Amino acid sequence: MNTATILFFLSSGLFLGWSLGANDAANIFGTAVGSRMIKFTSAAIICSIFVIIGAVFSGSGAAHTLGKLGAINTLGGAFTVAFTSAVTVFSMTKLSLPVSTSQAIVGGIIGWNLFSGKTTEPTVFSKIVGTWILCPILAFVFSFIIYLITRNILKKVKIHLLKLDFYTRLGLVIVGAFGSYSLGANNIANVMGVFVPSAPFKDIQLGHFFMFSGTQQLFLLGGLAIAVGIFTYSKKVMMTVGSGIFKLSPITALIVILSSSLVLFLFASKGLHNWFVSVGIPPIPLVPVSSSQAVVGAVIGIGLAKGGRNVNYKMLFKISAGWVATPVIAAIICFIALYIMQNVFQILVFI
Amino acid sequence: MSINIFGKSKDLIGNINVYLQTIQTSGLVFYEAIKEYMDGQNDFFADRVVEIKKIEHEADSLRRDIKHKLYKYLLIPESRGDVLALLETLDDVVDVSYNTLLSISIEKPEIPDSIKDDFVKMAKYSVKSTEALIGACEAYLTDLSNVNDFINKVFFFETEIDRIEERIKRTVFGPDSSMKFSRKVHIRYFAEKIALISDTAENICDRLSVFVIKREV
Repeated sequence: MNTATILFFLSSGLFLGWSLGANDAANIFGTAVGSRMIKFTSAAIICSIFVIIGAVFSGSGAAHTLGKLGAINTLGGAFTVAFTSAVTVFSMTKLSLPVSTSQAIVGGIIGWNLFSGKTTEPTVFSKIVGTWILCPILAFVFSFIIYLITRNILKKVKIHLLKLDFYTRLGLVIVGAFGSYSLGANNIANVMGVFVPSAPFKDIQLGHFFMFSGTQQLFLLGGLAIAVGIFTYSKKVMMTVGSGIFKLSPITALIVILSSSLVLFLFASKGLHNWFVSVGIPPIPLVPVSSSQAVVGAVIGIGLAKGGRNVNYKMLFKISAGWVATPVIAAIICFIALYIMQNVFQILVFI
Repeated sequence: MSINIFGKSKDLIGNINVYLQTIQTSGLVFYEAIKEYMDGQNDFFADRVVEIKKIEHEADSLRRDIKHKLYKYLLIPESRGDVLALLETLDDVVDVSYNTLLSISIEKPEIPDSIKDDFVKMAKYSVKSTEALIGACEAYLTDLSNVNDFINKVFFFETEIDRIEERIKRTVFGPDSSMKFSRKVHIRYFAEKIALISDTAENICDRLSVFVIKREV
């Protein structure tokens, strides 16, 4: 298979990556850039670098779980799954319906399983769905606790406003870098996960100690696509986030980003997973989750910690509806698209 | 780079502290000046006018310097606007004090002995309201939980000053007063001018209480 054909098949995944960079980077740096605390260029550079590091060095865990759900064994099949997920995300966003790439890609894989006659492992499927529910809940718990701790510390420490602002700004950069790393590690599976079994990249040995695996090369490409998305389109989204939807104070914004990043990290870190196993704690499954839903959970956590009783149930309902609607729609579209690819374009979509 | 910014923020904290102390000093000078004027120590009073003029200039240049640094190097935009608004309005306290003393030195109002004590008391409460205002500002910058205590003090002194002001007016315009109408109006004018200091402090505190809500985590 020549490079042009490979790139063509990967294009749908790269598009998903671009879209992830354009939208999800705003969950991390939106408030900081939107309120002009950090320059967009600085934010974009930090975000891109750490997304790529996270994707290349820690992305395999969540991708492995997606592979267990359905190992798409041809490039044509992977192209179709990624493409239909992108179409689902795009059209649902256009219709202002809540959508997450993680849920669309899982729907797409199930669509492929149905089409190819492979069984969808119920244990893997229930594990994935369980993490979707757990993701905003964990973000909620983290932000609730971190908020209360921060508030008490600030009351006791009596830090000068100017120093506090300096630390907040520094914190936004550090936590932003951590958030970008976690986003790359967790969400690269959405972008490139379906291509892992069929990607034709060969492992490259760099010196004696470092092996640049085929999967890592794939994830590097995906990371670069995310970076392109960040640089080309995320500024607009960041400005909207910073000045509109989530109007948070700089410190609460920092807590929201930290909480949602921790959740993404938990669901992506192999090291933590292995440590949990070694000490006999039930490990947290490595599954791609939605950073937007983590952010919503964290915002509600802070709202409740502040003593607000009016939880936005409409938002909670929208999230829950997305858990069901997105995979179902993506599965149906994917099934139809696979049929067309196989019978109209004569492309091999499964073996 | 971050160490550099941290150094600048220390520098700026120092400047803001000096600025707040300058405002506080202006209140003390004002009180002494009124006391001396009422005691007929006109030479000392003239020196106080010169002194407060100097303080007013000093406060202006400090404010400009702080404003420049805040915009150039530091502060999250959200807090920056509030801090700047606070520093700008604090300058009004010095301006009002200076203008009042300047007017007194030019117009030389004739205050009857019976109400001189009330004027001195007004000046004394004005100083106290300024001190409480500075305390509120310092608390806003370092310890939000204490801001409201200071704001309440400012409100208390402002009410006391209003009470004395009213008493002065009633005495001057009362049926027992044999003063010319022009002199009565002149005295009323200066009673109102002195009361303006605590009114300004009260207005600043009203804004400050909103800034506090915005800063709460």
